[in-house]
Amino acid sequence: MTTTATSPTQPIPAGLHREQLLELYYWMRLTRSLEEKLVNLYRQTKVVGGLFRSLGQEADSVGSAYALDRSQGDILSPLIRNLGSMLVQGATPLEVLRQYMAKAESPTRGRELNIHFNDLERGFLGQISHLGDMVPVMAGVTLSFRVRRQRRVGLVYVGDGAMSTGAFHEGINFAAVQRLPLVVIAENNGYAYSTPLHRQTAVKELVEKAAGYGVRGDQADGNDVLAVYEVTRAAVDRARSGEGVTLIELLTYRRKGHAEHDNQSYVSREELEIWAAKDPIDRYVRRLTDSGWAESEELEKIDLRINAEIDAAVTLCENEPLPEPSTALDAVMVTPPRADLEWFRRLDA
Amino acid sequence: MPEVTYLEALKEGLAEEMARDERVFILGEDVGAFGGAFKVTEGLQQRFGVDRVIDTPIAETAIVGAAAGAAHMGLRPVCEMQFIDFISCAYSILTNYVATARYRAGLSTPMVVRGPSGGFVRGGPFHSQNPEAAFLHTPGLKIVAPATARDAKGLIKAAIRDEDPVLYFEHKYLYRRIKEDLPAGEEVLTPIGQARVAREGKDLSIITWSAMLWKSLDAAERLEREDGLSVEVLDLRTLLPMDDAAIVATVKKTNRVLIVHEDTRTGGVAGEITARINELAFEWLDAPVKRVCAHDVPLPYAPTLEDFVLPQVEDVVAAARWLARY
Repeated sequence: MTTTATSPTQPIPAGLHREQLLELYYWMRLTRSLEEKLVNLYRQTKVVGGLFRSLGQEADSVGSAYALDRSQGDILSPLIRNLGSMLVQGATPLEVLRQYMAKAESPTRGRELNIHFNDLERGFLGQISHLGDMVPVMAGVTLSFRVRRQRRVGLVYVGDGAMSTGAFHEGINFAAVQRLPLVVIAENNGYAYSTPLHRQTAVKELVEKAAGYGVRGDQADGNDVLAVYEVTRAAVDRARSGEGVTLIELLTYRRKGHAEHDNQSYVSREELEIWAAKDPIDRYVRRLTDSGWAESEELEKIDLRINAEIDAAVTLCENEPLPEPSTALDAVMVTPPRADLEWFRRLDA
Repeated sequence: MPEVTYLEALKEGLAEEMARDERVFILGEDVGAFGGAFKVTEGLQQRFGVDRVIDTPIAETAIVGAAAGAAHMGLRPVCEMQFIDFISCAYSILTNYVATARYRAGLSTPMVVRGPSGGFVRGGPFHSQNPEAAFLHTPGLKIVAPATARDAKGLIKAAIRDEDPVLYFEHKYLYRRIKEDLPAGEEVLTPIGQARVAREGKDLSIITWSAMLWKSLDAAERLEREDGLSVEVLDLRTLLPMDDAAIVATVKKTNRVLIVHEDTRTGGVAGEITARINELAFEWLDAPVKRVCAHDVPLPYAPTLEDFVLPQVEDVVAAARWLARY
């Protein structure tokens, strides 16, 4: 980050330094710009499958992931709208682009979609589509931290929809009983596909569910990146010092459909306008400049840098090949190393 | 030479692997302080500590999911399903998450899910199941089902050492009914993926596994005595990956095949074995491949009903005679 002299009119909250404030901006803007680039590629039919946006939710992903300590080996498990969390943990735009375009060089070699990929070294464990499953899996990851006496923390995302699953219940209950160092982020973005919150659960607020598991529940404005960071950081610190699980509800809103194909016919224009006015990046920019923590010009420089990074990544991978078809058979298991080629593919012409 | 039961052999296998490798740990319902519903893990928590024999809530998805997460991080979990019937509660996470982990994500997931399967114990519909067919269809899993005390030990040790997820289906009817000399100090390891000829023969082959091995051996004995038939019995031991070479070898030797399994007929593993024989050794057959399986009903409780539904020695004898005459 380039640092220029500023004159703060307000103290920086949450124990953060100015450079960290700029980093938070960088990750949120990178998330949005990368998704916007993906929309372009999607419209050019270069994205093979669906495209999932986190428009309006960048602060909850970035602020929560930023609260982890990468130097301690903390690990998070994202959901489909947590591109920002993956980027904070070290996933690169190039990897994300290759995944969406199903390239041979993608992290999953074209086997999985979008942000379904992982690197435990960098600290992200990719999801599967079955909502809630990552909660018990992350309970196991954090169980390994505890039995090895490591001071590492796990963080797992669920949404208002995932919290209706049995896997979520079993996982958080097990983690709570074992007092595992796990932070559960419940992103309340209003909708699971087209189903609104009140059709998903009879509780008014997701944080009420914490009581049912005997864990601490917190709630924060998911569109305020600093509030998200602060509440998550406190939970991470508690987890690291052996105080067990926290369930954090982040109040936010999904401003796009479930995926690009979904025109949100079930959402009113007024509702969308209300939340557009609460855009987390616009809000953060105002806060940064109004408080004297950053100058508009340095934010613009960051924007330019991000655009250049994304353009370079697109240039690099756009014309890369798809995977060699026969690689589809390898590495199902360690032994045997390859599945059999079907007999009808071995016939002579 | 110490004589050990099937259950003791399994427990020895677990204890030896836990002593050999500190990454190995057990999790399941009532496995710790209580030692498990059938006492398979008795004494292991006292010996290895609460972090290595973990009592869990009644939550099979959490047990399997947590095992997967711990396995990704380098531990070697062994999950106990209190009765294997309850593995269906974890079916989704096993087939969608665990089985696909290496393929979709390059994740290492060395873990074992084990538990008591099978009937003949008046357990009724939910304490008697044989769930192998439900998982045979899932790429990414291995399935073993020991019939002998030696293999109970050898396969649990091999399963724990395997780099892939392994389902280990032990048979509760065999727990205390069979014994075998297993010399102390001998490293007993049964290679996964290898069947065993349990009895040599030349007139007819029975392909089977788990508790039905013993029914099949009894039947073979009777057929030899009463009919002068030489019956070969192949104990598959591993169902996935299946030992095609051993199956084809016995087909080529006897040209008549009876598949005997305890699970119900429709969609059962015998269908897959039949298809493989059809594809790999059709011209070696002198008779259609036949199956002796449980009747297609949930397993009932009353002794008269259970005995009627499950395949018995007399059924194997009758089927073999039919096949020998064909």
